[in-house]
Amino acid sequence: MRWFPAALAAALGLALCFLTLPVLAIFLDSPPGDLVASLGEEGALDALWLSLETSAAALAIIVVVGTPAAYLLASRRFRGRTLAITLLELPLVLPPAVAGIALLAAVGPSGILGGTLEDAGLQLTFETAGVVVALTFVASPYYVRQAQSAFAAIDPRWLEASRTLGVSEARTFLRVAIPAASSGLLTGGALALGRALGEFGATLMFAGSLAGVTQTAPLAIYERFASDFDAALALSAVLVAVSAAILLSAKLVGGWDALGDAARRG
Amino acid sequence: MIALVAVAGCGSDDEPAAEATPSLVVSAAASLTDALTACSTQFDGAEVRLSFGGSDELAAQIRQGVKPDVYAAANTRLPQELADEGLLGDPVEFATNELVIAIPGDEREIERVQDLAEPGLNLVMGADTVPVGAYTLDVLGRLPSGTREKILANVRSKEPDVRGVVGKLTQGAADAGFVYVTDLTGDLTGIELPPDLQPTVAYGAGVVDGAGEPDLAQAYVDGLTDGPCADALREDGFGPPPAG
Repeated sequence: MRWFPAALAAALGLALCFLTLPVLAIFLDSPPGDLVASLGEEGALDALWLSLETSAAALAIIVVVGTPAAYLLASRRFRGRTLAITLLELPLVLPPAVAGIALLAAVGPSGILGGTLEDAGLQLTFETAGVVVALTFVASPYYVRQAQSAFAAIDPRWLEASRTLGVSEARTFLRVAIPAASSGLLTGGALALGRALGEFGATLMFAGSLAGVTQTAPLAIYERFASDFDAALALSAVLVAVSAAILLSAKLVGGWDALGDAARRG
Repeated sequence: MIALVAVAGCGSDDEPAAEATPSLVVSAAASLTDALTACSTQFDGAEVRLSFGGSDELAAQIRQGVKPDVYAAANTRLPQELADEGLLGDPVEFATNELVIAIPGDEREIERVQDLAEPGLNLVMGADTVPVGAYTLDVLGRLPSGTREKILANVRSKEPDVRGVVGKLTQGAADAGFVYVTDLTGDLTGIELPPDLQPTVAYGAGVVDGAGEPDLAQAYVDGLTDGPCADALREDGFGPPPAG
């Protein structure tokens, strides 16, 4: 009766094949030299750089607002909490096209807040700022979810001990909760950054696509797909490498942190 | 293990029943969306599945081995290229179209193409690789270089297909854009281009090499010049193909 472990192994094997083969194909389909060469092509590095800038800006906004919000959701029970969590997680399951339409309807030029923004001299559509808004919208739930469970996993006695010692709540949040949840926060940040780097549909619909202003790497890949498949592959390869590096470094940092925790507890 | 086999098996098609209607996959330019959606239900002999996108994108898919049965593009260059590469049967011209300047609403602040050079105007066009973008560049190329540069400086987005341009206009995000006359909806006003600027917009279609149902595919292509689809195209504002 050894069928169950075998079934588990088969399922893992199947999942690995299915999920890694397309990614490997990007690198196998053209020689590395060609990949590097097509990066030198006009605009490719600009798109990549724009992607990194806008994703970093989105991540900064997400962390600054999302961390305290997640802490509140994790540390208090209040009316409407479940509703708040559901609403915050909603962008996670929205198709990017819906996110794009929703952003246009809300903060687009003829959206419900469009007039207010226009009066304030703020235009998002066709601007780099619009890309940041789209990325923030789609990527926030990845961070907030992770941060919330990281805060929830902190041993409540630590926070109690801190309060018993007369440390203010704000200081407890900054000095106890954040360090204790740091590996979860890092993982959440990495996931949000990865999602932001890969964003496509909402950016195109809400912000548009113009080289150097709103054309992020995924949009540049899409444009090159039609005209220059090798250039599209090269840019894809770089994006895969960057995303993998982000994910891996978050896992390594998280891993070291977990080891450190174990050592402290031991 | 049984579950796994079931999962692994889900990619393969079920055996077709003997009298099942065959299906025909048609990859067509985004600008053909309304016309072909309307007429394809009347196609005899097969259930037509339509896939719309930028003609350049659809051609790239065919080059990557994604094989529809029919390819219909918003120009004649892409079908001819595919035919020269042995990926498409002899293409036929089946319709013509006109490029226009579209503005949201009917405020006539823009009356001619030179007005698009006004600094600060938000202009959208198709990407350089998609036919509607290439036609737009063609029009701008016929203008004096000073005007052309000013107009190009106003371009705020290059959309992957013409539907993207229409969307940005109907959302009020852009002040003007280049679309086909057939894309004008109730919300958009079209401004005709003078004859010396109007590019030749001709649509070409052909049977994709290795089509599952070559005879039906040929019948569909023939139907674009004579039959319900030809009628739907005329009704939608497409011109007839040039004689001969």
